Amino acid sequence: MASKSEKSRLSDIIGTHEADILAEWLRLLLASGGDTRISRGQLESQCREFLAALREATSAGNIADTMTPGFERLRTMLGDISRSRATQGFSPAETATFIFSLKEPLFARIRATHGKDGEAIADDTWTLSQLIDRLGLHTMDVYQRSREEVIARQHEEIAELSTPVVKLWDGILALPLIGTLDSARTQVVMENLLQSIVDHSAEIAIIDITGVPTVDTVVAQHLLKTVAAARLMGADCIVSGIRPQIAQTMVHLGVELTVVSKANLADAFAVALSRTGRFVAKSKAPTSTGTMTARRPATL
Amino acid sequence: MDRIPILKIGDALLVTIQVDMHDRLATALEEDLTSKIVAVGARGVLIDISALEIVDSFMGRTLANIASVSRMLDAETVVVGMRPAVAITLVELGLELPGVKTALNAERGMALIQHRTADESEQAEADDDA
Repeated sequence: MASKSEKSRLSDIIGTHEADILAEWLRLLLASGGDTRISRGQLESQCREFLAALREATSAGNIADTMTPGFERLRTMLGDISRSRATQGFSPAETATFIFSLKEPLFARIRATHGKDGEAIADDTWTLSQLIDRLGLHTMDVYQRSREEVIARQHEEIAELSTPVVKLWDGILALPLIGTLDSARTQVVMENLLQSIVDHSAEIAIIDITGVPTVDTVVAQHLLKTVAAARLMGADCIVSGIRPQIAQTMVHLGVELTVVSKANLADAFAVALSRTGRFVAKSKAPTSTGTMTARRPATL
Repeated sequence: MDRIPILKIGDALLVTIQVDMHDRLATALEEDLTSKIVAVGARGVLIDISALEIVDSFMGRTLANIASVSRMLDAETVVVGMRPAVAITLVELGLELPGVKTALNAERGMALIQHRTADESEQAEADDDA
């Protein structure tokens, strides 16, 4: 493990050759990928700060353990860099390159400092290599975590955006569902639908599942729950848009939707209109200024 | 003990629940309602729960019971004004109240009851004519 002399040796090496190491490191980073996502000045200042923090950490703390308070600043800095890389859309390899490309200039300095003392070179290289690897792992850790945060946020946004409730007519709502239905999404769908029923004083809600790729027992269960909740509020539900293959799958699975279902949204809308005492009639002359009742269904 | 008032409007009974229901109050309501249906010969019962924020499994079952009992006594129960959150809770509890009619608000619920009584009186007239 790292002896006291090794510690100070490393920080000495970094201290004396800081400018050289920085220049070499920057050259390597720029050579590995001329990137437009981050400016040269920004990269340079990140590298400079990082080197300074590394020198401070190696002179103060125990090199073998990066979890000690001495490394706190270095870890925070690395975490920030990694996080910003993740949100800027850098790949994991590109993010890891930032820290791993520091090895080459540092090893070169170690070799230059120790001259022909093979044992010292091996010792220092090993210690440094371990240190950089650990910092690299930390980088990947933070990177991964920030990516997951991004994914979770997007997931939330999609869930919110993909459940619109549209008003088709007075008292008739439609809920076009798109994408897979899981329990979290069903909850959002249900809440949106029920609130809209109150807001619009709707009597009938049409749940259109044309955009739902698969319907298994769980999804059917969720659908039935939504229908039951809407019924408790005093609104009838019609399910529409069950695709032929899905209908077959459901029958094979033994799933039964005990609700009114129609093949497409237009049929469901017709049922809804007739239940609310309305009907669609064709105007006699199909002119461009047809009556409202005749034109509406055509635009559906 | 507090009691929930039951109002008679035409052929229907109107119950508006405006306080938080506890179990004893719910049981008392069930009993009062049953005797009142028989006393006035009501054809419909309208229960407005728009002010209720919490409906637990007991209350859900009481509503279902009231509906069953009044159906037996030839009166139709309509529960109106259920809040979205309450509806979701009941469904999650597995209480879908299959025998209970529902409506969005008191006005529509009343229309539902009147529709039924009107249908029946027409039917009776048709029978008489025949």
